[in-house]
Amino acid sequence: MKILVPVKRVVDANVKVRVKADGSAVELANVKMAMNPFDEIAVEEAIRLKESGKADEIIVVSIGPQQAQETLRTALAMGADRAILVKTDEQTEPLGVAKVLKGVVDAEQPGLVILGKQAIDDDSNQTGQMLAALLGWAQGTFASKVVIDGDKAKVTREVDGGLQTVELKMPAIVTADLRLNQPRYASLPNIMKAKKKQLDEKTPADYGADVKPRLKVIKTEEPSGRKAGVKVKSVAELVDKLKNEAGVL
Amino acid sequence: MAILLIAEHDNATLSDQTAKALSAALQIGSDVHVLVAGKGAKPAADAAAKLKGVSKVLLAEADELAERLAEPTAALVVSLAGGYDTIIAPATSSGKNVAPRVAALLGVAQVSEIIEVVSPDTFKRPIYAGNAIQTVQATDAKKVITVRTASFPVASQGNAAAVEIISAAADPRLSSFIENKLSGTDRPELTSARIIISGGRALGSSEKFQEVILPVADKLGAAVGASRAAVDAGYAPNDWQVGQTGKVVAPDLYIAVGISGAIQHLAGMKDSKVIVAINKDEEAPIFQVADYGLVGDLFLILPELEKALAGD
Repeated sequence: MKILVPVKRVVDANVKVRVKADGSAVELANVKMAMNPFDEIAVEEAIRLKESGKADEIIVVSIGPQQAQETLRTALAMGADRAILVKTDEQTEPLGVAKVLKGVVDAEQPGLVILGKQAIDDDSNQTGQMLAALLGWAQGTFASKVVIDGDKAKVTREVDGGLQTVELKMPAIVTADLRLNQPRYASLPNIMKAKKKQLDEKTPADYGADVKPRLKVIKTEEPSGRKAGVKVKSVAELVDKLKNEAGVL
Repeated sequence: MAILLIAEHDNATLSDQTAKALSAALQIGSDVHVLVAGKGAKPAADAAAKLKGVSKVLLAEADELAERLAEPTAALVVSLAGGYDTIIAPATSSGKNVAPRVAALLGVAQVSEIIEVVSPDTFKRPIYAGNAIQTVQATDAKKVITVRTASFPVASQGNAAAVEIISAAADPRLSSFIENKLSGTDRPELTSARIIISGGRALGSSEKFQEVILPVADKLGAAVGASRAAVDAGYAPNDWQVGQTGKVVAPDLYIAVGISGAIQHLAGMKDSKVIVAINKDEEAPIFQVADYGLVGDLFLILPELEKALAGD
């Protein structure tokens, strides 16, 4: 079975982003970029499935600018077998990305697609569900455990009140939540080897996909900030303030 | 045209999240129909009919809808979509599971986790864990929206809308429900609690978390939350996690105990009315958003707080 893992290049999770002075977008110039953390978890899960003999090839795909190639090389260094860069400088949205991915799935015929549950830049949490819809496949979102058993996948999902387990007919879509696994670091020899792995370049048009944005960004602004309040000296003072000043007790 | 609101419920009861998403829906338009998809879900439908501003409740019941599996639920919503120009759901784990599937089946974009309705097609939503707020205009004829419920009030009661029974769509038979492992609790739910007390990595163990945080929560009638670090370390179950990828909350009072205040955690609680931080590191970033900070050893402070609250 082939596993397809889409990965996104995003601002590193440790960077505190700033809004551009003209309010048009978030400042991305000279900001450290990295693979979306949930996508790293997705790559790791695919590698573990391959290591346990459930899969024989892992293909990673990224839809984005030329630099997304670095993100793909990271995934190859972790252990993916080959990569596809679908090049576009368009500000992609989940629906457009899902349409491209549908094209990739039609061409590659994977038995499973594992995605991160959300990208930490736009926080949309849509692409996996949308891809499942376009393919007419089952979806196991927010996965904390995945067990492949023949033509079925048992997925344990993180839901509001705890955990839910569902069984999906394969081929299927899984989206990775935080606790699915702990992604590995790429070793130096593997980083070197990854440079020689196959990386094909395509465009959205190759898959007949329209990635034009459907949402018009009117403006981007800083959130209304909170100011630091006061330090209290004792529990008694805290309880007094909460009762008599804030009125919340 | 009308708005279809997908209800959050567990068949027996209607979640508060529905009433909050209704407030958002009523800012978009006035003719709101609530869809209750479930099995044995009449009680939830009756509760929805009581919410002010609801013009009609649609009740669809089928085995495959009992746990609101994504595939049959989305198929049902799509079968109804012709009559609506806006489809809206609370951004709960169920809403987030179903709504994008609906949007893609309709061939339209989704606007996720809106925090403000600017006009019927323009919304504010947080990006980058709430470090920026974007105003976006949806250009598709049909709009699919999820609502960050912490940003909207609970719609009031006092209505008696009609409940119309509708049939479920054909089950695509792609998935089946195996089991739920829900952490049943007598405490209020995180997303609707008036007071929340959350613990971080500084608690040191699951036992200490229980021993120190829970008695104070009981005294306050508070819901219990946790930072990602505490959940990852196994001190608290995952559904207690507050933050960018966990639950987003906005209670009247949020007490952060032994939580340093990573931006991902702040993203989940910084809209709380009053924030209290208890931490031994006076440089911890949590103090920058706290209304009241108390620097010191939480293992001494919390038992003292419990006593002070008992002294009422």
